Amino acid sequence: MPDVRIDAAPLADSFERLKERFPESILAVAFVKGELSVSIRREDILPVLRFLKHEAGFNALTDIIGIDNLKPVPAAAPVLPTGRTGETPAAPPAPAPQKRFSILYQLYRFPEACRIRIALDLEEGETVDSAVPVYRAADWAEREIFDMFGIAFAGHPDLRRIYMPDEFEGFPLRKDFPLEGRTGGV
Amino acid sequence: MASKAFREIDLNMGPQHPSTHGVLRLKVSIDNEVVLQVVPVLGYLHRGMEKLWESQTYHQIIPLTDRLDYLASLSNNFGYVLAVEKLAGIEVPKRAQYIRVILAELQRVASHLAAIGFMANDVGAMTVLLYGFEARETILDIFETYAGGRLTIHGMRLGGVPFDMDETVAGMIRKVLGTVPKTLTDIEGLLSDNRIWRHRTEGIGIISQSDALENGLTGPCLRAAGMAWDLRRDLPYSSYEDFDFDVPVRTSSDALDRYFVRMEEMRQSLRIVRQALDRLPAGEHIAKVPRVLRIPAGEIYHSIEAPKGELGFFIRSNGTDKPERVKMRSPSFINLQSLELMCKGNLFSDIVGILGSLDIVLGEIDK
Amino acid sequence: MIDPGERHPFLLAKLDQLISWSQKNSLWPFGSGLACCAIEMIATAAAKYDISRFGMELFRASPRQADLFIVAGTVTKKMAPVVRRLWEQMPDPKWVVAMGNCAISGGPFPTYAVLQGVDKIIPVDVYIAGCPPTPQGLLNGLITLQNQIARSHPTLEIFDRDARRTD
Repeated sequence: MPDVRIDAAPLADSFERLKERFPESILAVAFVKGELSVSIRREDILPVLRFLKHEAGFNALTDIIGIDNLKPVPAAAPVLPTGRTGETPAAPPAPAPQKRFSILYQLYRFPEACRIRIALDLEEGETVDSAVPVYRAADWAEREIFDMFGIAFAGHPDLRRIYMPDEFEGFPLRKDFPLEGRTGGV
Repeated sequence: MASKAFREIDLNMGPQHPSTHGVLRLKVSIDNEVVLQVVPVLGYLHRGMEKLWESQTYHQIIPLTDRLDYLASLSNNFGYVLAVEKLAGIEVPKRAQYIRVILAELQRVASHLAAIGFMANDVGAMTVLLYGFEARETILDIFETYAGGRLTIHGMRLGGVPFDMDETVAGMIRKVLGTVPKTLTDIEGLLSDNRIWRHRTEGIGIISQSDALENGLTGPCLRAAGMAWDLRRDLPYSSYEDFDFDVPVRTSSDALDRYFVRMEEMRQSLRIVRQALDRLPAGEHIAKVPRVLRIPAGEIYHSIEAPKGELGFFIRSNGTDKPERVKMRSPSFINLQSLELMCKGNLFSDIVGILGSLDIVLGEIDK
Repeated sequence: MIDPGERHPFLLAKLDQLISWSQKNSLWPFGSGLACCAIEMIATAAAKYDISRFGMELFRASPRQADLFIVAGTVTKKMAPVVRRLWEQMPDPKWVVAMGNCAISGGPFPTYAVLQGVDKIIPVDVYIAGCPPTPQGLLNGLITLQNQIARSHPTLEIFDRDARRTD
């Protein structure tokens, strides 16, 4: 596990205790621009959240953020009118295989005013345990992620679409869903 | 049992309704006027903003954020530009920071005037709506003179503010600092000790402090529940640490307390504006930010204390001039989750008053 | 619809003027305030830009009691059937004003969820551009509508429903 130096004292303390408690769950840590971001294994989200809430004092869930990591396929080299192909740029190094979706939990501790971000990655079709038993504020945020990305949260009390009509087909915020929508969607 | 089946009634409020503050649909289940369940149905104003942002450059997103919380569009601009500046490492000149604070606090006053006006109108006190809007017009005139827009203002840019604060605008602000407190006093005179107002808002829509925190409530509603949570003071941004202001906190957590918190917040905002205007430092009003702004891969979450609550932007960049993902943490969206708890056990006719005291904006909820 | 060359009875023309005068000066708006434009609509109804000068201060909450449908704000595809149903509930004669760029053509949102213009589902009489239009802009649009009503021929509608359009 890379050694990360954290400046804010209460945050450093919470992180040390998290590391102690869940040594195998933590996959990566980053402390950039004053923000601590911890990547964990998908299965361990509930114990980690429980620990952070009840023992580390992160009493507020600010937001849950869903991200689609699908990268666009690079276009073929352009062909100029004279028949010569355009200069192909040097092929970028193959990125590390990344899972399709990421879910980020942004937590906040009041009144010490520290933030921590817990990230997890998952493939299409995998489910995540719902955070509602730990933080009730997760309720609609998870419904929004389900609506926009199609990620199912196991154990959510009422998982259904929140923005799009119930009969809508497709998940709008996925990268392969066009901005203008597909005909016949609604 | 036949008698039970008759007592419960399911009613539908909205999406078109004079008092739902936009296209909100509430499915209400009542038992003889006592509310059992309130289920909001959202999405009637879902415009696909987050998807649209992924195909816009960082600069182009700013006017789109105006349309989120349309009662306080400068706050949306503020939250977004601060997040991008933090991600890109852009330093904002001190003068620009002060001007931003002035604009944001004036916007807070305008937003709260509208909020209290709408809440009072829903409860029946239409005069307060007209008084509030009259005062709001004086503030909107300032925005129109400064940036050209009244409602969707686009009054902040990456790196600062679009124009410098000149004498005309400063003069208008000083005038407003004199006239708006009089309107506030008028409104307080009409409402604060008014028997009908008290009867309709005192003890109505109570949510306990722990429930509030648990459900993610932020903003004036949380401060009315007894928590002194204010991001301007706890995690100061844009030079808020230079200013002296109080954070009003109340304990009864009913609709009346939320009204008091908002009234006091407006006075404190005017206090901040006065300080900022008096001490406006010399300098540039905008930093040099390239028109094609490419931000290397990274992510940031930054939030501000908007009039409605904690407004946050999560941005992940990917090296190009368009973001990979922008997620907005909408205060009204999370606050609305608490509506059911606040309404349970109250009478059906109180729902409108509670919704007014919660102060939601559908543009922000539905994105 | 009267052909300019056709002769129209004098008394009916005078009756037209009387009816259209009373219609245009007492329009009761149905405030379908959907988004940001709704706030400007409310500001127009407030004390500074007083819409009451034009007889329109009575914003009805029920479509059954209104005759002017101001579509103020973005019409999403989820809201479209609701807007259509509300318009159908309004009794004749009714007019529709599309206020704001979103109601005209989807505004700044070319997305999967937004109807690109309310005229795709209901007929519109006046389009008021702006994002949002200022209260002066809205009043200008409403005065345009009043002038349009003044040129109309209500007596023809008694016999022929399609005669309502003046264009």
